[in-house]
Amino acid sequence: MNLRIPVPEATEPLPSIRTTNGFLQWISSVDHKQIGIMYLWSGLMFLVVGIIEALLMRIQLGTPQNTFLSPEAYNQIFTMHGTTMIFLVLTPVLVGFSTYFLPLMIGANDMAYPRLNAFSFWMFLFGGLLLYFSFFAGGAPNVGWFSYAPLSEKVYSFSPGINYWALSILLMGIGTIGAALNFIVTTLSLRAPGLSLTKLPLFVWMVFVNAFLILAAFPVLNAGVVMLLADRLLQANFFTTSTGGSAVMWQHLFWTFGHPEVYILILPAFGVISEVIPVYSRKPIFGYEFVAASSVAITLLSFGVWAHHMFAVGLGTTFNSFFAATSMLIAIPTGIKVFNWLATMWGGSIRLTTSMLFAIAFLIDFTIGGLSGVGFAIVPVDWRLTDSYFVVAHIHYVFIGGSLTALMAGVYYWFPKITGRKLSEKIGKLHFWLFFIGFNCTFFVFHFLGLLGMPRRVFTYPDLPYWGSLNLFSTISAFVFAFSFLVLIYNIVYSLRKEKSAGDNPWDGWTLEWLTTSPPQLQNFQTVPFVRSRRPVWDLNHPENPDWKREEED
Amino acid sequence: MADWLKTIGDFFDHLVSSYSPEATQINHIFIAFLAVAGLVFLLVLGLSVISAIRFRSSKRPDEPKQIFGSNKLEIFWTTASFIAVAVFFVISVRSMEAINAPADKDRKADIVVVGHQWWWEMRYPEYGFTTANELHIPANKKLLMRMESADVIHDWWVPSLGRKIDLIPGRSNYRWIQADTAGTYEGTCSEYCGAQHAWMRIRVIAQTQDKYNQWVKAHQEIPPIPKDSLAREGAKLFQSKTCSNCHTIRGTAAAKRVGPDLTHLQSRETLLSGMFKNTQKNLRRWLKNPQKVKEGAHMPNFNLSDQELNALVAYLEELK
Repeated sequence: MNLRIPVPEATEPLPSIRTTNGFLQWISSVDHKQIGIMYLWSGLMFLVVGIIEALLMRIQLGTPQNTFLSPEAYNQIFTMHGTTMIFLVLTPVLVGFSTYFLPLMIGANDMAYPRLNAFSFWMFLFGGLLLYFSFFAGGAPNVGWFSYAPLSEKVYSFSPGINYWALSILLMGIGTIGAALNFIVTTLSLRAPGLSLTKLPLFVWMVFVNAFLILAAFPVLNAGVVMLLADRLLQANFFTTSTGGSAVMWQHLFWTFGHPEVYILILPAFGVISEVIPVYSRKPIFGYEFVAASSVAITLLSFGVWAHHMFAVGLGTTFNSFFAATSMLIAIPTGIKVFNWLATMWGGSIRLTTSMLFAIAFLIDFTIGGLSGVGFAIVPVDWRLTDSYFVVAHIHYVFIGGSLTALMAGVYYWFPKITGRKLSEKIGKLHFWLFFIGFNCTFFVFHFLGLLGMPRRVFTYPDLPYWGSLNLFSTISAFVFAFSFLVLIYNIVYSLRKEKSAGDNPWDGWTLEWLTTSPPQLQNFQTVPFVRSRRPVWDLNHPENPDWKREEED
Repeated sequence: MADWLKTIGDFFDHLVSSYSPEATQINHIFIAFLAVAGLVFLLVLGLSVISAIRFRSSKRPDEPKQIFGSNKLEIFWTTASFIAVAVFFVISVRSMEAINAPADKDRKADIVVVGHQWWWEMRYPEYGFTTANELHIPANKKLLMRMESADVIHDWWVPSLGRKIDLIPGRSNYRWIQADTAGTYEGTCSEYCGAQHAWMRIRVIAQTQDKYNQWVKAHQEIPPIPKDSLAREGAKLFQSKTCSNCHTIRGTAAAKRVGPDLTHLQSRETLLSGMFKNTQKNLRRWLKNPQKVKEGAHMPNFNLSDQELNALVAYLEELK
C-alpha cells in the first residue's frame, strides 16, 4: 500500500505567521497542524460574527414590540446565527482540534491524506464565505437553519439567499465528509507501534467513532439540499404538495442528518472532557471501556431518533412511540458518561485550572441540556414545549453548555502544546466566571419563557405578563456573556506574546502529544516509544507503577 | 417577605397554568419529569462541586490511588437510568393514547382550522360560517378540530389548553379542544412560517353555552346593507377596489378565502392576528399602508385617498 506521494516539506517553523513566505506558506500547507490552526482561527472569526448576530437579536427582543430590527432583517439574522454557529463555528473548531491532535495522540507525523485534509479545510472555508456572500447577492437566507419546506420553496421565498444556503451547506458537507474519511483512515493505519484500538486515547476514540457518524449523516443532508435546489431552480417538486411532493419528506431527510449532527458536535467534546478531567484529577478515566462503548451505542442509536423533532407533525402513536423509546434509550449511554466523569474526579487530587473549571461547568450545564432533552422524548411534554423558547434553552445548553464549554476546556488544555505558551490563568479565571455566569443567566430564563408560551423564531412578542422582564434580563446577560469572549481573545493575544515557554508537558499529561516539543516541529516525532498501555507518558514517568503491569495482571 | 414569596409563587403558577383536562395531564407528566430530572441534576451538581472542594490538590498533593473503574457501579447506574426512562416511556404512551384525537370518519369535525401566512381561518361547518384568528368555543365541551394549511407549515399552540399540532399542506390533523372555564386563552403559531410568524397569534374565547349560542346566532346572520351614505360608498369601493378578490363578506359578491372573512369583523377583539386592538384608528392605519404596519403581509397597498379610506372604514365598522 505504499502509494503515497511524498509530502513536500515546509521550510519554516510553526505556528508563526511571520515566515519568509508569510501567508503563502499557510495557504499552500498540507501539514495537519497548520490546517488545524487555520480551522481554529476560522472558527473564532465566525464565532465573533455569530455573537454579533446573537446580540442584534437580543437587542431586538429586549423589550416587547421593539422596532430595532425589521422582521425581514431579524429573520435573516436568526437563520445566519444558527447556520453560522453550527456549521461555521462548532464543526470547524471540533474538526480543527481533531485535525491537530488526532495524529499527535496516536504518534503519527501527519494525517493519512494530507492533501484531502487541506481540501476539506478549503471546502469548509469557501462554503462559509459563500454563505456570507449572500448578503451582497440579494439577501441572506431567512427560513431558519433547518429550512423547512415548503416555506423554503421558491413560491414562498424568492430570496436567492436560500440557494446560497443550500450550496454552502453542500460544500461544507463535502469538506466534512473528507475530514471524516481522513480521521478513519489515519486512526486505522498510522497508529504508533503497540497502540491497539483498545488503547486509543478517548479523544481519538470519540473522533474515530464520530467520523462514521459523519460519513452516514452528511450525505443525507447533501442529498436533501440538492433536492431543495432542484425544486427551487428546476421545478423538481420534491417538497411542494400542490404538485404531488411531500412537505414532511424534507423533515425526515433533514433530521436524519440533523439529529446525528447534534451528536457529531458533542462526541468530540466528550472526548476533550475525557482527556481533561483525568489529567487534572490525577486519576485514569473511570470505566474506559464503558465510556468508549457508550459512544458506539450513541452512534448507532442516533440514527433512530430523528423523528423526535417531528412529534407535532401528527404521525400517529405507533410511530411516535418508537421514536420516544429510542430517544429515551440514547439518554442512557450519555448518562453513563457523566457518571464516569464524576467517578474519575472522586478521590482524585484535583487541580482547579481554568481548563478544569470549564470541564466542571460542562458537567453541570451539559446535564441541564441533556435532561431537558429527555423531556422532549416524553411525547406529551414535547407537545407542550417543542418549537418554544424551551427548545432554544435546550439547544443552547447542549451546544454552549456542552460543546463550546468543553472546547474552552480544550483550548486552555492544549494551547501550550499548539503555541508553546500557557494561556494566562489569571485572565482565564476571569474569562471562566464571565462565561459561566453570563451563559447561564442568558439562557436559563428561556426555559421559563418557553413554558409561558413564547415561540421560537419570533422577531417580537406582545407584552404579556413576565415576558418583557425575562427577555430584558436575558439581553443584559447576553452582553456579559459576549464580553467573556473578548476576554478570551485578549488572553490569546496577551499569552502569545509571553516570553516564558510552557515546556513540553506543562500539565503532566499522559497521552503521546505531550512527548513531543511545544509547539511540535514539522515532523511531529523523531521516535515514538512502544505503547504498552492507555497512558504511555504515565508509564514513562512512573516506571515503578506502570499501567501495563496492571493490564497484564488483569 | 411574604409578598416576595407570593410573587414567586404566582410566577410558578403561571408557568404551568392549565384550563383543560389535556393540559392538566401534560402538566402533571411534566412536573413528575421535572422532579426526577431535578434529583439527577442535584446529584451531578453536588458530586462535582463536592469533588472539586474535597479532593482539590492543595489538600491532597500526592498522586491519588489509581482507580480504573468498577463494573458494579456501571451496572448500577445503567440499570437505574434504564428503569427511570422505562417508567416515563409507559407514561408517555398511555398519555398519547388519551390525548390523540380520531380522524373525522365517524365523527364530523366541529371546527376546521386552516393556517394561512399570517392568520387563521376558522370554519364552523355545522353552522355554515367562517371567522378568523379568534376561536369561539362553548366552555366545558369537547369539540373536534381538523387542522389544515393553505400554504406552508404552521403549528397550533395554546399552552394552557393542551397539545401543539402542526398544520401541514396536503394533510389533515386532528385534535380535541376543550376549556374548563369561560375565558380568553392566548396562543400562537409555533412553527416558523415566514416574515410575520411573530404576528400569527391565536385567541381562544371560551363562553358559557348561552353566550356561545348567541354568538353563533349573530354570526349566522348576514349584515344589513349600510344606511349611512359614507358606508354605502365604502361598500361599493370594497367591490371595485378588488378587496373582494381575496375577502368574503357574506351577502355581497365578495366570496374569496385568500384573506380573512370580514362578514362580522367588528365582533373580533383584535386585528391582524393579535397585533392590535380592533379600533377604528388601527383599521384605518392598516388600510392606508398595510406594508408599513405588517411588513410582508399579503395585502398590497391600494394607495387609497383619504376620502376612500374614510368610506371603507365606515363600511367595515358597520360589519358587526
